Amino acid sequence: MFRNTYDSDNTVFSPQGRLHQVEYSLEAVKQGSAAVGLRSKTHAVILGLKRSTGELASYQQKMYRIDDHVGIAIAGLTSDARVLSNFMRQQAMGSKMVFNRPVPVNRLVSAIADKAQVNTQEYGRRPYGVGFLVIGHDHTGPHLYEFSPSGTSFEYYAMSIGARSQSAKTYLEKHYEKFVDCDLTDLIRHGLHALRETLQQDKELTINNTSIGIIGPAASSEAPGSGESFRILEGEPISGFLQSMLPKEEAMGFAPAPAAPAAAPASDQDVQMSE
Amino acid sequence: MPGTPSIQRPTQHQFNPYSDNGGTILAIAGADFSIIAGDTRQSEGYNIQTRYAPKVFRLTDRAVLAVNGFAADGNMFVKKVKQRLEWYRHAHAKDMPLRAIARLIQTMLYAQRFFPYYVYNILGGIEEDGSGAVYSFDPVGSYERETCRAAGAAQSLVQPFLDNQVYFKNQVPPPGRAHPTHLPLRDVLDIVIDAFTSATERHIEVGDGLEMYIVLAKGRTLQGVEAAQEISARTDGERVFVLRRDLKKD
Amino acid sequence: MDHFPTNWGRPRNDAFDAYNTYPFHVRPDNGPRDAFADNVQRTQQPIVTGTSVLALKYKDGIMMAADCLASYGSLARFKDIQRLHEVGKFTVIGASGDMSDYQYLQTTLDELLISEEITAADGHSLGPVEIHEYLSRLMYGRRSRLNPLWNSILVGGVKDGKSFLAYVDLLGTTYSSSTLATGYGAYIAQPLLRKAVEGREMDIDENEARKIMTDCLRVLFYRDARSLNKYQIATVTDSGVAISPSMELGTQWGFAEGIRGYGAQTQ
Repeated sequence: MFRNTYDSDNTVFSPQGRLHQVEYSLEAVKQGSAAVGLRSKTHAVILGLKRSTGELASYQQKMYRIDDHVGIAIAGLTSDARVLSNFMRQQAMGSKMVFNRPVPVNRLVSAIADKAQVNTQEYGRRPYGVGFLVIGHDHTGPHLYEFSPSGTSFEYYAMSIGARSQSAKTYLEKHYEKFVDCDLTDLIRHGLHALRETLQQDKELTINNTSIGIIGPAASSEAPGSGESFRILEGEPISGFLQSMLPKEEAMGFAPAPAAPAAAPASDQDVQMSE
Repeated sequence: MPGTPSIQRPTQHQFNPYSDNGGTILAIAGADFSIIAGDTRQSEGYNIQTRYAPKVFRLTDRAVLAVNGFAADGNMFVKKVKQRLEWYRHAHAKDMPLRAIARLIQTMLYAQRFFPYYVYNILGGIEEDGSGAVYSFDPVGSYERETCRAAGAAQSLVQPFLDNQVYFKNQVPPPGRAHPTHLPLRDVLDIVIDAFTSATERHIEVGDGLEMYIVLAKGRTLQGVEAAQEISARTDGERVFVLRRDLKKD
Repeated sequence: MDHFPTNWGRPRNDAFDAYNTYPFHVRPDNGPRDAFADNVQRTQQPIVTGTSVLALKYKDGIMMAADCLASYGSLARFKDIQRLHEVGKFTVIGASGDMSDYQYLQTTLDELLISEEITAADGHSLGPVEIHEYLSRLMYGRRSRLNPLWNSILVGGVKDGKSFLAYVDLLGTTYSSSTLATGYGAYIAQPLLRKAVEGREMDIDENEARKIMTDCLRVLFYRDARSLNKYQIATVTDSGVAISPSMELGTQWGFAEGIRGYGAQTQ
C-alpha cells in the first residue's frame, strides 16, 4: 500500500503540490470494472462490464437511468454512485419542476463535479470513490461526459474508465474519427470491441456480464416502442450485438500494442509503493 | 357569559388563495378498458380564460388522471404525482400499479389536509388483473373504486345521467333479461360524448373542447374507434389513446 | 415568554372581569391586534397599480401592449412607467397589478438571467416557456405561503420558431391562448381580440396586429378610468424582442359636445 506523509487528510497539499487523498480516490475508480462510452452525430452509448462476486452472486448494476434524456455508467464505489445518481435525479426533476425543461446535460455533470470538488477542499470529508461516464441528449445533440471524483468533468468523443480502461482507450483513440458517422449498431460494435480490450485473458463478453446504455433513435434490432430516450439493454436483447463483433485482430486493424502502464512521475518523491 | 361585552378583532381584508376554474371531468370503467374525459374550457366567474387547458393527464400506460377545481392546485398536484411516479420508476424499473397510484394520491391529498389542494380527482385505468377501474377522490383524499364518476361544475347534471345509463338506475330490464354488468367501448364513448354535449348546453362553465382518454387492457384493441391518437410509451402492454372533439364555444 | 410588546394585546379591561376570574374562553382576546402584530406584513392589497395588459399571436410571433400609467388608487400617480419588460433574447413579460411587486419580479428575473445566460454561457438559454414556468412556480409558491405577489402577468415570446403566449397571476393560475388580456382588458378587450384573431393567427401581419392592438387600447382608454392614452407595444419575432418607446393614442372626443342630459350641459 501507499505510505505517505501528506495523505492523512485532503486539506493539506504535499510539498509537490498534490492532494494525495484525491489521487487515491482516482485509484478507487480504477478498482471498478471498466465502462466505455462513445458517441456519434445521432447517438451516445455507454457499455459496462458487470462483475459478480462468484457463481452464487448476481452481477452488479453498472448503469443508472437519471431521466429520459440522461443515463450513467459507473466505475468505483457503488454506494457513492447511488448517492450521486440520486442527486442527479433530483436535479433533473428540479429542472422539470421549475423550468419545464429537461436539464441540460453539461449542467447536470457540472453540478456533480462541483459537489465532488467540495469534498476535495473541506476538512473532515472524503472524496467520492466513483467515476461516471454520463451520456445525454439535449437540444445541442448527444453528449458524452466523464466525471471524476477529483471534481472535474470533460466532454469526449469517446472515453473509458475503470479497471484496464487504458486498453479500451487505445482502441478508441485508434478509431474515434469514424464514430461521428456511425449508425447505432456500428457504434455499439465499436464500444464492445473497446470493452473487450479490458477483459482478463480467459474472459469474454457475454449477455450476462455486459450492459449497454443507449440514447438516440432505436436500432432495427431493438424491441418495438423503445423510443429515443435512455434505455439499458441487458441479457438476451444484446446477444445480436455480441455476435456481430469482429475477431480481435481484425477489429483492431493492427497488432494490439501492449497497453503501457501509466508511468509514475519520476520526481515522485513522497509516494512509495510497498508490498 | 351573558352580559360580557364581546370584543371583536378588527376585520381584515384577507387574501383568498383559492379560485374555481369550472369545467367538468368524468370517467367510466369497462370490463377491459377505461375512459377518462374532461372538457378543455378554463374559466373564472363569467370569463373564459382559455378554450384549451387540459384537465386530463396520462400518468403511465395504464393510468390517467383527471383533475378539476382550482386549476393552479390541479396543475401542481399533477406535477407532484408525476414526480412521485418517476421516483417509483427509478426505484423499481417499472410503472406503479393503478391501485398503488390511487393510494398514493390519497396520502398526497391528505398531507395537505389543513391547506388542501382544492381539486377533485378521478383516476382511471387498468388494474393489475386487467380490469378497467375508476377511482374518485375528494379534495382531502377520501377515495373509493367505482364504475363511473363525474365531478366538477356539471357534476350534478352528469352524474344522474350516468346513474341511469351506466348503473341502469330507474330502468326496468326486459322480462327475463338482466342489465349488462359492463358496457362495450363504443357505447361508453357515446355516453361520454352525450354527457358532455348536454352539460355544454346547460352549464356555462362547460364547453369549447372535449378530451377523452381511452386506456385499453393488454391485448385489447380499439375495435372500430378510429381517429384516436395513441400516446402510450410502449405498444406491448396496456395502451393509452386520446380522442378529441369540439364542443360548443358559446 | 413572548417578548414583543405588540403581541401582548390590550391590558386586562377593568370594566369587566376586574378580578381576572372569567374563564379563558370569554376573556378579552389578546391575539394579534393588527397586521404588524406578528412582525410581518404581507401584501393584502395592491397599492400602486397598473391596469390591463393585452397580447396576441400573429404571423411573425407575438405582440404585447400596455399603457404607461401607474395609479395610486384613483390618482394617476406615475404617467411614464414601463410595464413591458424584456427577459433574455426571446421573451417579453407585461404586468398589471402592484407595480412594486412587479419591479421585484423584474429584479428576480434579471438575476436569474445573469446566472443562466452569463455565468453558464453554454448555449442553453431560457425561452418564454421556461420563463413562464419559472414565474408560475414563483407565483404559486408565494400564494401558498399566503404572501402573494399581487400581479397578473402575460408572458410571450418566440424561440426555435415556436411562438408562446401565456398568463400567470397571484394565485398561480396559468393558461395559454392566442389572445390574452389582464384586468379590465379581460372584460373589454378580450372579446374584441378574440373576434379579430381567433382562428386566423397565421394570416395577421404586423400592421394588422398593431391596428387591432391600438383599437383595443383606445376602447380601453375610453372605458377604463385607470388607463392612459400613452402606451407601448412590444413584439417578439424570430429576429428578437422590440419594445417601442411610449406613444400617444389618437382619440376623438368631439362627440362629447353633442351629448345632452348630464354633465355641465343643462339642456
